[in-house]
Amino acid sequence: MKSVYLDHQASTPLLPEAFEAMRPYFTEAFGSLSSLHRHGLRVRDGVKKAREQVAAFINAESPDDIIFTSGGTEAANLAVKGFADANERKGNHIVWCTTEHPSVMNSIEYLEKRHGFTSTRVPVNPIGQINPEDIRAAITDKTILVCVHLVNHDIGTIEPIKAISQITQEKGVVLYVDAVAAAGWLPIDVQALGCQLLSFSPHRFYGPKGVGVLYRNRKARITSQIHGGVQENGRRAGTENVPAIIGAGVACEIAARDLGDRIAHVSRLQKRLYDGMISRIKYIKLNGPVPGPDRVCCTLNWSTEFIEGEGQLLLFDLHGIAVASGSSCVSKSLKVSHVLSAIGLDHALAQGNIIMSLGKDNTGDDIDYVVEIFTKIVDKLRNMSPMWQEFQEHKIDSVISPTGHGQSFTERAASVSGKAAH
Amino acid sequence: MSDNEYTLYNETVMDHFMNPRNMGDLPEADGIGEVGAAACGDIMKISLKIRDGKIEDARFKTFGCGSAIASSSMATELIKGRTLEEVKNFSNQEVVDALGGLPPVKIHCSVLAEEALKAAIEDYEKKNSLESRTAPEAATA
Repeated sequence: MKSVYLDHQASTPLLPEAFEAMRPYFTEAFGSLSSLHRHGLRVRDGVKKAREQVAAFINAESPDDIIFTSGGTEAANLAVKGFADANERKGNHIVWCTTEHPSVMNSIEYLEKRHGFTSTRVPVNPIGQINPEDIRAAITDKTILVCVHLVNHDIGTIEPIKAISQITQEKGVVLYVDAVAAAGWLPIDVQALGCQLLSFSPHRFYGPKGVGVLYRNRKARITSQIHGGVQENGRRAGTENVPAIIGAGVACEIAARDLGDRIAHVSRLQKRLYDGMISRIKYIKLNGPVPGPDRVCCTLNWSTEFIEGEGQLLLFDLHGIAVASGSSCVSKSLKVSHVLSAIGLDHALAQGNIIMSLGKDNTGDDIDYVVEIFTKIVDKLRNMSPMWQEFQEHKIDSVISPTGHGQSFTERAASVSGKAAH
Repeated sequence: MSDNEYTLYNETVMDHFMNPRNMGDLPEADGIGEVGAAACGDIMKISLKIRDGKIEDARFKTFGCGSAIASSSMATELIKGRTLEEVKNFSNQEVVDALGGLPPVKIHCSVLAEEALKAAIEDYEKKNSLESRTAPEAATA
């Protein structure tokens, strides 16, 4: 069976070059960075190089600005909670974008519940973009931190970080940028972006799991959230995951070297997939911006009307195609993705959600296969769907291309269940 | 990794999802039940053909996830041939057991199948009692 992996925003395969570079650090170069003998010093050398590779990848002022954590989630926790902890006496208000990743959102909500912080969620427009002027309006004299992601993890929207950093700099507030969905798929220059904190996760662009990166410059003081030794200059205790750090360095160096080609290739596939889906499937909607300057090159987030997302995901999987979904049936909480709610997407469309994220190894043939299989999946599931039938009978209407006949899907769903869905 | 080594649901659920039994409508259904799950937004419709107090045929249509489709497929299989009295005691647990189990978060899919079935029977009984009021001779025949 053909196998097509379209879930690169979940994780990517490790680069062979990174794997080779990591290998000796599992066996002969096993020392701890803190040790003063030759075993420790050898490892220290390797990690120093990795720190330089990572700093160069995002154009950090100094390798000392790079903190290695256990992953993107820990990096986000350290950015938000570590900064709040160190700057509490300056203020206790945080401004953030309503479509942030749960690692950011839940860190802020934790500070609100447990540490007396308050926050303002800034809404996004229907394609997921934040208006920088809304950030300005939300900043108060108690605000210490603004959190806005560079690229949305679900719908691929690129946020106007430079315009936001002009405002935060003007107001003397620190800007934290979650770049987990961006790193490896668009150029990142922390100095040009004007942020003081930025996090990303190497396994999202062919590096290993078990390592995350927090960039932190002199203007953003943070307090360690894991207490113990003085690893990472006292900003993150615990023996370093050396093999993963070495692999992260290599992934960053190769991403920096190949970024132009990678973006060009993946953008072409994105366009081909977009054109194929739009021309072959009726009653389908792209969530987030159309392919172009406002959208990251690797993802497409779809809502297909009258069918549910998990069923689509399962049928794709049975055809060897790996995709993701933000449908409530896929989540353990039975709630649709908060990003889809934040862009005001109708519940019926959120239920029919599928997320495809492309990578450097996908081919044009893969894309054509995916479109071909998807037309079959849509036919199969619509044939089974009472909503598709009721649409043909004009009992319910399409949200995407309304005919003016029948109830809305949401009204219909509420009338048969007696309650509105989440 | 072989093709079907890793699947989200067990073999029986996957089979009923991929090859659903009794999918579709009954042109002259005696009872139709359509219910939605408030929790997730899934919608299930079951149509029944009833003769001599027995379920002669059943069909379903489902807007929902794999386990919702499999639950409706299994429920329609289980109830065919049963009397209305028997079906009134039908519980979602029977669907779960026949499917060889569902993940805890998906149990509500089987509840939806039970509710759709009971709504279809209610619909049949409502129509039937109306008919018996308008045409008493038909009901006694």
